Amino acid sequence: MIWNKEMECADRETMRALQLERLQETVKYEYEHVPHYAAKMDKAGVKPEDIVTLEDIALLPFINKEDLAENYPTGLFAQPMENIVRIQSSSGTTGKPKIIGYTKGDMEDWGEAVARGLAMCGAGPNDTVHVAYGYGLFTGGLGAHAGAETLGATVLPMSTGNTARQIMFMQDMKSDILCCTPSYALTIAEAVERAGIDPADLQIRAGLFGAEPWTQSMREKIEKGLGIRAHDIYGLTEITGPGVATSCEANNGMHIQEDLFYPEIVDPNTLKPLPPGETGELVFTTLKKRGVPMVRYRTRDICYLMEGKCSCGRTSVRMSRVFGRTDDMLIVKGVNVFPSQVETVIAKFNELTLNYKILVDRKGGSDSIELMVEFAEGLIIDDIDFVENMRKRVEHALREILQIGCKVRFLNAGTLPRSEGKAVRVEDRRKYE
Amino acid sequence: MAVKQVSVFIENETGRLAALTQLLAEHGVDLNAATIAETGEYGILRCIVQNPEETVRILSGGGFMASVTEVLAVGIDNRPGGLNRVLQILSDAGIGVKYIYSTIQSIKGEAVIMMKTGDQNRAEKLLESADVKLCTMDELK
Ligand SMILES: [Zn+2]
Repeated sequence: MIWNKEMECADRETMRALQLERLQETVKYEYEHVPHYAAKMDKAGVKPEDIVTLEDIALLPFINKEDLAENYPTGLFAQPMENIVRIQSSSGTTGKPKIIGYTKGDMEDWGEAVARGLAMCGAGPNDTVHVAYGYGLFTGGLGAHAGAETLGATVLPMSTGNTARQIMFMQDMKSDILCCTPSYALTIAEAVERAGIDPADLQIRAGLFGAEPWTQSMREKIEKGLGIRAHDIYGLTEITGPGVATSCEANNGMHIQEDLFYPEIVDPNTLKPLPPGETGELVFTTLKKRGVPMVRYRTRDICYLMEGKCSCGRTSVRMSRVFGRTDDMLIVKGVNVFPSQVETVIAKFNELTLNYKILVDRKGGSDSIELMVEFAEGLIIDDIDFVENMRKRVEHALREILQIGCKVRFLNAGTLPRSEGKAVRVEDRRKYE
Repeated sequence: MAVKQVSVFIENETGRLAALTQLLAEHGVDLNAATIAETGEYGILRCIVQNPEETVRILSGGGFMASVTEVLAVGIDNRPGGLNRVLQILSDAGIGVKYIYSTIQSIKGEAVIMMKTGDQNRAEKLLESADVKLCTMDELK
């Protein structure tokens, strides 16, 4: 089902005309209501009336997460608190969280965006939507909740945790659609298997999963374990929360709700816009938000955009899956390298574990990159050809994805230190003097 | 019958092999037979010890990837052509030899080689029916 045919299946000219109209309104509104951004525009020598075409968006300054930190907590709010009906928050990088406020209209648009995503899963007003994202300041739970209400579905506001109870409700209340993080979906799928429940006996038929990166193998396990079709949902609190983009049944990129969120892809080094199809950093401008509007917000997420009509009938631009974050990006031999790309390669080999380290060095003016990766525990190695062959296969797969040569070194299982929390995956030994 | 061998993956860094042999010595593990296959960067140590499972535990505890694999311990007549006879039997049957290595000391005047072939089950049956002696773990002490 397509929830909003007018917006999701609009022809290009109609959509671009609407986007331009809303962009001009947004820039004018931002200039008049957010002094911090007005100052940035003045400094860049650009006025709201300079935005004549959609391409003129490139004249505008970016908003970074640092702008949020500097203006903590509510410096970027465009409306007084009396018009703000909701606060959501996500953790910031500098210790202070990012605080976003929503007007009544912003809440309605958020619900609309998620409702379109739920419809892409095949959900409708007769379905029961099981929300197992956490409820609270995190946008996952309340975002999915708002979308299910807009859709007119029955909402089960489960929140996360107590997996046995999740499964009981799933069975007894006949949940049709599951919304949660992919890792929690996997936990539920594993618990279903342990409980000896046949997934075919569960009514649940599709899931909307997001808020964290996940792999193809996780997708397969979730789909098989719960007997459902898995859809990706993308979003970030700064822009609104989940529902900015969602994948349809074609599973070929996520449709961006581009009448609400205008996407650009820019080169993460030069910050110049890139043509469609090229990989770079995703930048969003909100087109209707009034609580905390965002103009050219740098998401730090790396992906590419796909134009053209999708086999599902929608014409909205699609974004690829996120390949990595510019924060983690390395530039080696002039090429952008993301640890997540390396991780994708490692994940393809059952003989390897995701315990790895990337070592970057510079010798004689030339960069070198080396991957140290542990063999899987219990792997039987009795053959040097096996090791050499593995090395060739992994090096070949890395070259395919990175476009530069990366030396591979295998380590015994358990060699690399396990750190609590986020492991240090990259060691850059280059000296920058 | 096949005997159990311990295979250990070694990163060819200075001192890594020495660390391994030291670990075995500390635990009083005797090597009845041993060989190393290596490239510039990796090595695989294969050895015969009397308690392979325990040895794997010791090595794993020391950060080595070790596993128990199987080889044939083939007794070779101590005269010219002894080894050739065995290899000929296998070659006639189209079975390839992946590697061979011998015990550190000869066993009762007889040479014993550890042998891994492309088809261990068939090789074992062929050699037995040709009256080639296959040793047990005990006989390798
Ligand atoms: Zn589609």
